[in-house]
Amino acid sequence: MEITAVYYLIPALIMFCCGVYGFITRKNMIAMLVSLELMLNAVDINFVVFNRFLFPEQMEGMFFALFAIAIAAAETALAIAIIINIFRAAKNIDVRSLNEMKF
Amino acid sequence: MAITIPILILAIPLFMFFFLGLFGMKMSHKLAGTLGTLGMGSVLVLSYFTAFQYFFSGLDIFVNEAGDRLQYLVFDQTWLQFTEKLVIKLGFLLDPISAMMLVVITTISFMVHLYSMGYMRDHHGVFEHGFQRFYAFLSLFSFSMLGLVVAPNIFQMYIFWELVGASSYLLIGFYYKKPSAVSASKKAFIVTRFADLGFLIGILTLSWYTGTFNFTELTSVPVEGLAGVTQVNIGTAESIRNIFATSAAPTFMGASVLTWALVLIFMGGMGKSAMMPLHIWLPDAMEGPTPVSALIHAATMVVAGVYLVARLFPLYLMEDSAMIIITVVGALTAFYAAMVACVQVDIKRVLAFSTISQIAFMMVSLGVARPEYHEGLGYMASMFHLFTHAMFKALLFLGAGALIHAIGSNDYTAMHGLRKSMPITHITFLIGCLAIAGIIPFSGFFSKDEILSSCGQYDILVYLWMSLVAGLTAFYMFRLYYLIFWWKEHVTPEGHHAPHDQPWTMTLPLVILAAISCVAGFIPFGNLVTWNGEPYDFMAHFDWSVASISLLVAICGIALATVMYRKENELPAKMRRALPALWTWCYHRFYWDELYQFITHKIIFGLISKPLAWFDRHIIDGTMDSFATLTNKASEAIKPLQSGQIQMYVFYYLIGALLLGGITILCLI
Amino acid sequence: MFSNILIYFVIIPLLMLGGVGLSRNIRQIRAVAVIGSVALMALSTVLLLQYLDLRHAGETAPMLFTDSWTWFAPLNINLAVGVDGISIAMLILSSIIVFAGSFASWKVPQPKGFFLWLLLLSTGVFGFFISVDLFTMFMFYEVALIPMYLLIGVWGSGRKNYAAMKLTLMLMGGSAFLMLGLIGIYYHSAPEGGQLTWNILEIAARDSIPHGWQSFLFPMTFVGFGVLGAMFPFHTWSPDGHACAPTAVSMLHAGVLMKLGGYGCFRVAIYLMPYAAQELSYIFLILTGISVVYGAFCACVKTDLKYINAYSSVSHCGLVLFAILMLNSTAMTGAIMQMLSHGLMTALFFALIGMIYGRTHTREITQMGGMMQILPFLSVCYVIAGMASLGLPGLSGFVAEMTIFVGSFKAGMADYLSGEGSLRLVFTIIACCSIVITAVYILRVVGKLLFGPVYDKHHLELTDATWWERTSTITLILCVAAIGCFPNFFNNLINTTFTPEIFAVLGK
Repeated sequence: MEITAVYYLIPALIMFCCGVYGFITRKNMIAMLVSLELMLNAVDINFVVFNRFLFPEQMEGMFFALFAIAIAAAETALAIAIIINIFRAAKNIDVRSLNEMKF
Repeated sequence: MAITIPILILAIPLFMFFFLGLFGMKMSHKLAGTLGTLGMGSVLVLSYFTAFQYFFSGLDIFVNEAGDRLQYLVFDQTWLQFTEKLVIKLGFLLDPISAMMLVVITTISFMVHLYSMGYMRDHHGVFEHGFQRFYAFLSLFSFSMLGLVVAPNIFQMYIFWELVGASSYLLIGFYYKKPSAVSASKKAFIVTRFADLGFLIGILTLSWYTGTFNFTELTSVPVEGLAGVTQVNIGTAESIRNIFATSAAPTFMGASVLTWALVLIFMGGMGKSAMMPLHIWLPDAMEGPTPVSALIHAATMVVAGVYLVARLFPLYLMEDSAMIIITVVGALTAFYAAMVACVQVDIKRVLAFSTISQIAFMMVSLGVARPEYHEGLGYMASMFHLFTHAMFKALLFLGAGALIHAIGSNDYTAMHGLRKSMPITHITFLIGCLAIAGIIPFSGFFSKDEILSSCGQYDILVYLWMSLVAGLTAFYMFRLYYLIFWWKEHVTPEGHHAPHDQPWTMTLPLVILAAISCVAGFIPFGNLVTWNGEPYDFMAHFDWSVASISLLVAICGIALATVMYRKENELPAKMRRALPALWTWCYHRFYWDELYQFITHKIIFGLISKPLAWFDRHIIDGTMDSFATLTNKASEAIKPLQSGQIQMYVFYYLIGALLLGGITILCLI
Repeated sequence: MFSNILIYFVIIPLLMLGGVGLSRNIRQIRAVAVIGSVALMALSTVLLLQYLDLRHAGETAPMLFTDSWTWFAPLNINLAVGVDGISIAMLILSSIIVFAGSFASWKVPQPKGFFLWLLLLSTGVFGFFISVDLFTMFMFYEVALIPMYLLIGVWGSGRKNYAAMKLTLMLMGGSAFLMLGLIGIYYHSAPEGGQLTWNILEIAARDSIPHGWQSFLFPMTFVGFGVLGAMFPFHTWSPDGHACAPTAVSMLHAGVLMKLGGYGCFRVAIYLMPYAAQELSYIFLILTGISVVYGAFCACVKTDLKYINAYSSVSHCGLVLFAILMLNSTAMTGAIMQMLSHGLMTALFFALIGMIYGRTHTREITQMGGMMQILPFLSVCYVIAGMASLGLPGLSGFVAEMTIFVGSFKAGMADYLSGEGSLRLVFTIIACCSIVITAVYILRVVGKLLFGPVYDKHHLELTDATWWERTSTITLILCVAAIGCFPNFFNNLINTTFTPEIFAVLGK
């Protein structure tokens, strides 16, 4: 049995959908951040997979995945900082209750 | 004739109005009154001079070779140009009736000016508040009335018609602190305004067809005259007849347009002359000071309607139906007013209803006048009666004013038996009563006799009807006379002055007017005023049978009044008990006021204005407001979409992306 | 650019704006306002004289003093100016009312802001009357409308926020229609392929708007301007707006701004789209005819002085639009006279109401009475204003109404006889009825407010008019009387516009 691209892509798709679902439904900001990471990682897998199967002699996809991982790390750090600050201010990280500045 | 005099006749009263109105408050009362009276006196002299010139100078601008009197346009100034043909001009037209009216108006007005110097002050000689204003308004009224009668076109007449209405409003409401005076003045203005609506539409119709407002063109044929001077023969209206004959004028609701125009114009006359059913303002107008009632509501303004019909008489002659309407309205009004006058308590009200009745006499007389009956005797009789009536009715009102001033009440029950304490008033009042009752040789006899004789020639029914009214007239006037001066001895209430004759400023006008009433009947009126300007010798056609019958009727009326009211007795009360329904209806003036009250308050205010105002606030404004509310609601409804929650946005985005993707795929397939 | 006299009608108010902006106290503001408005009156008089001279010299162009400066070339937008008799009459009216309004707001709170907005409003008004370019005209129109919101919202009384919002939104709604109409006119201002233009004179001369489009654009523009002219059923901003506005704003608004509506209806809707004007006039004839009696009937039962006067304005302005739709020279002349007359008269009314309100702090006629004994000067002025309003000869209302009635009756009879229906005739007679209803509500107010016994003992201490109030009212009364006594002068001035050529265009 040969392992084709589909075998990588379907878990990535499932991961992505889980990420989307989690991002929309979770009210906890940490959980939303985790969902976001899921989506990012799903995309990273896709990059790597497509690079490997479509253009094996080139490395752009790999680099892009690495690049995305770096950005994701920075972004997570930033987001965690914001969330901690919000928690300090509001004692709460539920997005529904953070509507002080809404219209 | 120089143009200056006619201009002065109009300018002096107008100037006095502005002068007294603006600076009167800075002068003493006496000075203002004297100035006003002197101003009116000078107008009186000028008017007499003008009338004398017109009637007796024999100049060929006033009379042609055949002896017919002509219309003479003294001046005519363009005031407002509507179209090329329709122009309002302000001018001065001299013809028999306007010359006669000049005399009537200035005489009465001067008497009233003089009389008011005495009347408008209390028993201690202190002038009433607003005395200067009173004289200013009197001057304004005189100006307006003079402008009305000399109007050479129907629109100038309408202009001054409105002005007399307004000055009458101001004068009725002179005691503006009294609510009854305020509402009376309002009523007078609005009722006559309503009538003027008809007048206005009539003018518009008439002028649209004929293309002119000018009386000379409407009623006459121009004749060759001196260069640059308009002279016209009165009374053939040939050109107008041609317009209506040739243009196949359309009919509206079965009557010709000319009939409609004339009837609508007559409606204006009905309003000013207090013909039924537009008479209701006149009795209330007695709230004004008595000299005002004498001037405006007895002698001058109220005859404007008669004057209007007389002015357009050649036109009215062309439409028999309009003439019949005038006759019927006049006859009904005359009878109605006479009936009501028989039971009123307030002496000014009695006189007011008697005025309505007498004006109706003039209207009937115009309505029955035809060229074929004694060459339009009715017209001449009507004008004659206008003249004599103005004199004796002003006399009666001024006499009533003297009584009211002496007693301090309008009610005859407070008077009784005043013949000894006020002899001059008594005698002059008696002369007035004899004149209005139509006793020879007083002036009323001649004019009323002519009216009755022209009625007799027209239709026997009208003759009998009007004779009945003449009898009633004699009855109610002598009822009033006896109740004031006889009935029982006068008792002065505690704390009141004993009644006595008034100062000379008040008695002199009474004496002068009484003298005029004694001799005015002998004026050869037929030589001066006829409908077509041709002199008519009345005495040559004098009919003793008619005269003796009318005299008999008058004497019967007086005799009945003597029996009932000369001495205090039970007869009047018995009569009243015998005919309770009739008495009640007459006493309440046949409930016309209540009817109008119902129409204006319940229907106009209650059923039109109030619902409309509600409709405006709730439906129209509500609709506009609901647009705003709807917009607000809509924005409230879609506001939650912009929740600020990123998860919602992502969700919408996702759904949108999926939909778009789905559509794309569907399209590709 | 500065050689044309007309441009100064915009420059002077702008200079006054600057002057008020630089003023440091109320005395300086008053000085600027008075000097400026006197200058405006002088300017309009000079313009009038020059205009009459040119006309006497045989000048026959429809508009004189025309000039045009390019503003935005790609869309052919110009600052085009020009006047005829009607515009001059309106300019004179506006300058008089600005003058009287300045005196009436002698003691206004926060004068600087008030006068700034008031002068911006007047700039718009004057600009509107001098321009003959549709775009510029519309711009000035908007300039005149917007300050209204602030003037009512800040300096008003009662439910001022509601009223200011309502007035502004309704008028803005009208101008939305109007803008649509004007752009439509622009795109049809030249035959296929020609150079498009906003200039009224050129559009009228070309007469190139297709009939189908006219039937669409005419209602747009007529309603757009008609809202400002208080046409039924778009009049409800007027009672609320006037009731809450400060005195000078009511004066300017009812006196001048509402005239923009009538002027625009004539200048744009009827003048540029004569075909549709004839075809569709019956719809608006019915609406305006209703306005005339409807406003009068509503005024009969109101008890707030300003409401009564606002409804009376609905009735009188309805008569203006009604007469314009008669499409003949007599009625149209009457319409313009009525604009003049109503402008002066209603400004006088609002000035007097403001003065009475300033003393008694109530406008309810049921709470007042016997003012004649307390405030004789103001009361006499009120009676004169009332008499002008109900059409007493010798004052302006009479001549205007009579001219309208004569003209309308002529149009109505012509229609009736030629078998085109009796709509005009019937509505003319209905409009005539308004003279009676007007008498009813005017005399009702006069009777209740001025005559009779004194209602409130506290009113006995009130003092009569001050000198600046007298100046304001006497100016207006003199103008009302001038029109009433010498109508032919104004008649001839206005008449020059209604040349046979216009009616050749209009087809009558």
